[in-house]
Amino acid sequence: MIVTFLDIVIAGLLMGGIYALIAVGLSLQYGVARVLNISHGEFIMIGAFGTWMLYKMVGINPLITLAMCGPVLFLIGFFLHKTLFRSLLASSASADIFEAKSMLASFGLLFIIQNIAILTWGADIKSYSYLNYGVNLGGALFAANRLVTLLFAVVISTAFYLFLAFTRLGKGIRAAAQDPRTAGLMGVNINQVLALCFGFGAVMAGLAGGLLSMCYPITTTMGMEYTIIAIIVVVLGGLGSIVGSFIGGFLLGIIGSIVTYIEPGLAMVSYYVIFIVLLLAKPTGILGK
Amino acid sequence: MDITTLTSKKSLVWWVIILIIFILLAFVPLYAPGYAAILLISILMYVILTVSWVMFSGSTGYMSLAPAVFFGVGIYASAIIGGKLPFPIVVGIGGLASFCLALLVGALTLRLRGIYFAIFTFGLVMLMAHSLLFWELHVTGTRGRFVIVMGYNTIYYYLLGIFVLLLLTAYLINRSRFGLALQSIGQEEDAAAHTGVNVTMLKVTTFAISAFFMGAAGAVMATKWTYIDPFIAFNPFYSFMPVVMAIFGGMGQLFGPIIGAVILTYLEEFLITKFAELYMLIFGTILVIAILYLPDGLVGLIQKMWNRYSERKHADT
Repeated sequence: MIVTFLDIVIAGLLMGGIYALIAVGLSLQYGVARVLNISHGEFIMIGAFGTWMLYKMVGINPLITLAMCGPVLFLIGFFLHKTLFRSLLASSASADIFEAKSMLASFGLLFIIQNIAILTWGADIKSYSYLNYGVNLGGALFAANRLVTLLFAVVISTAFYLFLAFTRLGKGIRAAAQDPRTAGLMGVNINQVLALCFGFGAVMAGLAGGLLSMCYPITTTMGMEYTIIAIIVVVLGGLGSIVGSFIGGFLLGIIGSIVTYIEPGLAMVSYYVIFIVLLLAKPTGILGK
Repeated sequence: MDITTLTSKKSLVWWVIILIIFILLAFVPLYAPGYAAILLISILMYVILTVSWVMFSGSTGYMSLAPAVFFGVGIYASAIIGGKLPFPIVVGIGGLASFCLALLVGALTLRLRGIYFAIFTFGLVMLMAHSLLFWELHVTGTRGRFVIVMGYNTIYYYLLGIFVLLLLTAYLINRSRFGLALQSIGQEEDAAAHTGVNVTMLKVTTFAISAFFMGAAGAVMATKWTYIDPFIAFNPFYSFMPVVMAIFGGMGQLFGPIIGAVILTYLEEFLITKFAELYMLIFGTILVIAILYLPDGLVGLIQKMWNRYSERKHADT
């Protein structure tokens, strides 16, 4: 009984690590830059396929690829914000209008990125085998690649949290999350910070994608599912709360794992039920004020 | 939506033009080749979805991503009861089912403001799809359903009928105090509530009326596809397209969303048949460009150009 319980919780944590990473990324893009990025999952897909391609064709270790994918995705995200979302922000009369417009623009991006990906990589399911052996953990058996995934998700998130908490730029980002206008008045270079946040969000998505590709088969249309999960987790943790997203990711992972144990077909349904109940009862999330 | 164009002294001209357009539309299947009917069905479907979306979201400012929910409910209603009852009743039930669901959803959620409402309604689409899939796989032991197919002409005339009803409803709402109150919600909800507008009742009712037309359209469209499953019926795509089409056309005028829906549907069909592999890429690019450079939509752009032209004319004389 206890072993089964442990089994479920650890499986939940393993999935939760990925969810947390994805959600922290979206939280930066939505919570700070106010872009509800529907194409978030496409960056996950790019990360996953980049890792897959480099491993299959060149034979580069997926964990090293993470370090290569990160900067590339950062630049994509950074310049996307600098060009597209920056001019949307300038032309929008209010924050609400910007949110609606930027969401639709990111929907367009989803189309563009997915089409390019299908042209480059095709529409079939791809996978590779890396660190694919069992590790015994307290009587339960887990795949080594999933444990590595969890480890990396935690390390990346923690590193980012420390960056936010202790550096000058991190402070700027947190200030921008609270109130962009006032932060701008206090001398934070707000356009730069928002673009950086969008870039960091893309990095998180890409890294999560790279980690995902080690454990699961990938397709060019995989993005949407993760975007939705990220949105759910961000709402669960409270919009704009990066710590909330991190905790929310693990929480959702564990809930998913419990539900999957009881009835596998209901995992996704349970996410939506939680999401909808939460939006109705406490839209500010578990850590919201 | 601005109704002054329809109520001014030019209104008679407008009515005649609209009447002529509809008479022409009514005769299209008799003369046009088969493909034109299929194209017109797609166009009418999106026009109905877009205009009903604007009816609620355009005036109140609440961005609903629920069209796919109501459209899907109509599709499933039609798939379940189609063939057992006369078709007009099936379409009516499809609309009513969506209407009732919208009343429930609206009463529950319309106190959510801004982006929360958009996120919620989007989640609802996926909740419907996944719950239904679970139900089918575990309770009824099936996946999807077959639908009794109707002829293209039947589908076309039903959609045309729904469209006429929808336009009349939109027109009547705009003319009434009801429409005025709706616009006041869009401009400043709190102020509207203070001046005695029953904000919640208004929002929920309009949401439900717009859902009725989406559901009815879904019930008709279901008969075009021989087979449906939860992910075909509850496709988030149908939630985004009306929003995109309305913004592309411009929401300042009643005919803006219609123009947007017509152009984008034609473009979609054209790209799918000619450049199937690049369809999403081109469509996405157009979408991004439209959002960037057409803040008031096509109609807004045309108006701006017209104003500039007439100003110049006055300056010359």
